Amino acid sequence: MRISLFVTCYNDLLFPETGKAVVAILERLGHEVDFPIAQTCCGQMHYNTGYQSDALTLMRRFVSVFREAEVVCVPSSSCVAMMRDHYLKLAAQASTPGLEADVKTLLPRIYEFSELLTDKLGVEDIGAFFPHEVVLHVSCHALRSLRLGDKPARLLRKVRGLTLVEPADGEDCCGFGGTFSVKNADVSAAILAAKIQGLLATGAEVCTAVDNSCLMHIGGALQRQRTAMRTLHLAEILATSQ
Amino acid sequence: MSVRVGLAGTAPGFPEAAKTLLSNTQLRHNLRHATNVIRKKRERVVAEMPDWQDLRNTAHEIKNHVLRHLDTYLEQFEMACVRAGGHVHWARDADEANRIIVGLIQERGHKEVIKVKTMTSDEIQLNTALQSAGITPYETDLADLIVQLGGDQPSHIVVPALHRNRMEIRKLFLEKMGLESLGDRPEDLTEAARQYLRERFLRVKTGISGANFAIAETGSICVVESEGNARMCTTLPEMLITLVGIEKIIPKFRDLEVFLQLLPRSATGERMNPYNSIWTGVTPGSGPQAFHVVLLDNGRTKILTDRESRATLDCIRCGACLNACPVYRQTGGHAYGSIYSGPIGAILTPQLQSMEHSQTLPYASSLCGACYEVCPVKIDIPEILLRLRNRIVSNGDAPLSERIAMKSAAVALSGPRLLRIAHAAARLGQIPFKKGGAIRSLPGMLAGWTEVRDLSAIPKQSFRDWWKERERAKAK
Repeated sequence: MRISLFVTCYNDLLFPETGKAVVAILERLGHEVDFPIAQTCCGQMHYNTGYQSDALTLMRRFVSVFREAEVVCVPSSSCVAMMRDHYLKLAAQASTPGLEADVKTLLPRIYEFSELLTDKLGVEDIGAFFPHEVVLHVSCHALRSLRLGDKPARLLRKVRGLTLVEPADGEDCCGFGGTFSVKNADVSAAILAAKIQGLLATGAEVCTAVDNSCLMHIGGALQRQRTAMRTLHLAEILATSQ
Repeated sequence: MSVRVGLAGTAPGFPEAAKTLLSNTQLRHNLRHATNVIRKKRERVVAEMPDWQDLRNTAHEIKNHVLRHLDTYLEQFEMACVRAGGHVHWARDADEANRIIVGLIQERGHKEVIKVKTMTSDEIQLNTALQSAGITPYETDLADLIVQLGGDQPSHIVVPALHRNRMEIRKLFLEKMGLESLGDRPEDLTEAARQYLRERFLRVKTGISGANFAIAETGSICVVESEGNARMCTTLPEMLITLVGIEKIIPKFRDLEVFLQLLPRSATGERMNPYNSIWTGVTPGSGPQAFHVVLLDNGRTKILTDRESRATLDCIRCGACLNACPVYRQTGGHAYGSIYSGPIGAILTPQLQSMEHSQTLPYASSLCGACYEVCPVKIDIPEILLRLRNRIVSNGDAPLSERIAMKSAAVALSGPRLLRIAHAAARLGQIPFKKGGAIRSLPGMLAGWTEVRDLSAIPKQSFRDWWKERERAKAK
């Protein structure tokens, strides 16, 4: 299968290792990966902060870049949530001929990374080896918008040597929320403190998630507090081998 | 501005108010405890309902239908209420509602009122209006009484005194009720409140209540509660005045079947409220012989005109979204600057005021979606928050620094060429702040981030540069 990677804007700049891991896994599974270089951003940050017209411009670019793709892989549940929850509405308001139809036919071909593996490619065991205790942070968009359920956990359970542990109040938000963490930095930090407590109580060595945005937020506090726990995107765990 | 929502028009912005509250450890302890208890109870009683989602959908449909035909149902309510011996008054805004209520009390020459279950009266600042007319209001819901005696503001829609603990309440009662001694067991405190309130229930001749539902078909009012004080308040006085926001209308009596299953489970985690009072007009020889309903608009019809956000008016004030909200659970209700707190407050308060005030509220959410998930009438609160954020930006009311940042980001993301330049600029820009692979302190609007979190330094090579390098190597 030819899979087009939308790496997302922040992974591109801040977490290139995640993109590399996705490429490695998909190629290991025998697929051809394509990275359309004209891609930039899904528009979520602008949309969520109230800048809809800027978001619309970014959506237009995304749609024109990926219109012909067979399958689009996105290693970020919140970007996929942006597309699934808001693109159609945004397109309907845009009054650009053909845009709404393009979005409608493109959306079913877009998969979040763990979804792509379990639903579209039908694999759970990709031969990874990661002999560590891992706690899975369930991001809000994965949980309530994409309804990923146990898909990420199923993938982790197949990793050799990996022990998966559950945090208390695992369904609570980490407090990131994009520009929320800047506009309401104090509240965001307070929510984060509660989250960190639950994660650290598990004693795990690694905290993983399907979103680097939550992990950047969580990891930032773990690092500041000089804890032994580190953060790693799900793809980077799955890309490991013995 | 004609529409006033409590003191929200002059309240500090959410981030500032929150900062102060976050340093109150007692408050945060109480909050965590109370919201956890209610959340767990709610989960338990919701899980035992096989048709919970059907009930939510039905409630959503009923509310949607009512809002589309509100004019018809309001008039139907008025006719039915009048037929049953009640009087109906229409109030455009807070001032008009206050004038009507004060006038009714003055006509009878009463100097005191007992009040219960009326957040709407807080919205219109009725107590202030009463006091300036020389009328003394007594709150009779236990939590509201605690808030009133403390000269305090409610911090939760359903449990307004959530931020107070037993010791604080004991001290307050001792002081304000003129008692000589008082224990701090719940029984002691309840007994003190009972003595204090009973005497007023028997003496005061005007009662003021709110309404959970106003039934168009029959002209009835429904109030649900736990204590029985609302029952006292609505049956003992000579005159009863019920203040109702116009969105509280439901079409038929049988619609209560849906809402009385959803509301107690969502609000307090109970299958049914201990007291469910429903009354219709005046019953000769029993209960208040004069009954007035004041129908309040105060910005509601304005919300109704916006198809995208009118679902805000579906709210049945259960408070489930507060208990589920990660933001509310840290700050409590006072940060929201009005009686309406939590996620529902964040969309209701600014809209009632035509988006002229409380503009930081739509941003007081991480958009985690927990509120929508628990809402018994399926209000898509995150969607409405986004709509309001867009309105703030479109009105040109967003802070300048944010507008510049967003515009710059939009330009950087407009294509791969500018994006590479922006990447290079970001790498250069981080140098003064980088310390051993991490960024520990940033200036300006990013300072809040680095107060408690590090940022990893930007990697030397972006993904796209790695990809290009790989493609080049492959081509060779």
